[in-house]
Amino acid sequence: MSIQPLLIAAAALFSIGIYGILVRRNAVMVLLSIELILNSVNINFVAFNAMLSDVFLNGQIFSIFIITIAAAEVGIGLAIVLMLFRNRETANINEFDLMKW
Amino acid sequence: MEAVDIFSYFLLLLLLLSGVKVVTTSNVIHAAIFLVFTLATTAVLFILLSAEFVALVLILVYIGAVIVLFLFGVMITRAPLGPNAELDNDQNKLLAAVISLSIFGIFTYILLQTFDSTVVISEGTSTKLLGEILLSRFVFPFELVSFVLLGALIGGITLARKDNALMDEDQI
Repeated sequence: MSIQPLLIAAAALFSIGIYGILVRRNAVMVLLSIELILNSVNINFVAFNAMLSDVFLNGQIFSIFIITIAAAEVGIGLAIVLMLFRNRETANINEFDLMKW
Repeated sequence: MEAVDIFSYFLLLLLLLSGVKVVTTSNVIHAAIFLVFTLATTAVLFILLSAEFVALVLILVYIGAVIVLFLFGVMITRAPLGPNAELDNDQNKLLAAVISLSIFGIFTYILLQTFDSTVVISEGTSTKLLGEILLSRFVFPFELVSFVLLGALIGGITLARKDNALMDEDQI
């Protein structure tokens, strides 16, 4: 089994996530797209771990750390979105333009 | 072509289709459900690549916890639950497609130029070895991550708590 289809699929998933971040208007949907990007990075790590047949399993350990940090990021991100919604009555990121020049 | 190859191509196709649906569907709940599909397909792919523990962590943490948080977030921010035409920035769509396709092109070109080897699918489980490495070689980052999670927990509670500046002492 070649590694190339895995890498192409991970790159495609990454660009799908970028597209989602740029297009979506709801802040929760933007966080969902970030999850897609983190997932593509995980696929890359595990695929390279299997390609190198690493005895220290560095790729798998890094992907476990990434999953953990992603869980923390979702918790903080949703708390921020909740806070914004409470103050501005909307989750539409086009309206959060206070710091836009 | 072996059976493993055909199965992995099928999985990757499923992964990309559900990933596309996550960013294109106009229904918020459907996007979260398609993210579940994407993550489940990724977990099957990890099992295929002999990374069982990572697959189980992915299922437990993402499908078990993160998706539930997302559904809570969707419902608390009162996003309309049905199909919603207001979900996308329509004037951004062309630009976003151009940017993401060019990123995909650059990545694919570089990765295909650089890596051309086969994936080694090992027999048996590596979970015991993974646990030993995680608690010997990576024990410091492992403990550090627990502090990060604690900080995220406290920060999330502090941010999401109602009117924390106005709270009197006798109200607590």
